[in-house]
Amino acid sequence: MEITTQEFKHGDLVAVKGRVDSATAPEFAKALEKLNENGRFKIAVEMSGLEYMSSAGFRALLACQRNCKKYNRGELVLVQVPDRIREALELAGFTELFKTFDNSVEAVGNF
Amino acid sequence: MSKITYPAKFEFLDEIREFVAEVARAGGFTEKEIYSLQLAADEAASNIIEHAYVGVTDATLDLNCELQGDAIVITMRDQGAPFNPAKVKQPNLKAKLSERQIGGLGVYLMRKLMDEVHYESKGKTNTLTMIKRRA
Repeated sequence: MEITTQEFKHGDLVAVKGRVDSATAPEFAKALEKLNENGRFKIAVEMSGLEYMSSAGFRALLACQRNCKKYNRGELVLVQVPDRIREALELAGFTELFKTFDNSVEAVGNF
Repeated sequence: MSKITYPAKFEFLDEIREFVAEVARAGGFTEKEIYSLQLAADEAASNIIEHAYVGVTDATLDLNCELQGDAIVITMRDQGAPFNPAKVKQPNLKAKLSERQIGGLGVYLMRKLMDEVHYESKGKTNTLTMIKRRA
């Protein structure tokens, strides 16, 4: 798993690549928590390079979404979700909890 | 050789998923089905490591993966605390964000992704069997 974070005026873009499972999810969760700790609550998670995500990753997304939504207009959105991962998110009933975008410019522009 | 013993550590989930994919590919499962099988096996192994072996550092889990006709049978055995997935409450998928349950999701996914999920605890050994047939 590889995480890169870019800060924009209205929100942050977090690109997560590779595989997020129980071994790597804590690091992913920590990266998202760090943004919240720094007062950043508008986060777009870019997934085009993501090969795999288990429920451990879903939990990290859910925890961060809760945190973000506590703050005025804060939100975590998903960008370029690969088909397999979207299907799993759907199965988990998570798709209605996250707005999704086809590209990161549109996602960050939404904030 | 379709049975492998892994250290019960999250770092080995990658290998567990790879092994399941290899057997499934040989059995003619589609890439979409293979992803589902990998996810189910990962969730099952993660639960064993996290719940059955909570606080145990040198534990192992046995993974057996075989093709039977048009089905793949994934069996995991551990010697940890009994953890029966059938007893895990189903998460409410319609709940609001603030009320979403964090736990129980892995077991829910296993049941949705596989055709059959069986669990048996006998003596010191817990056996989880998951079956999926080719579409």
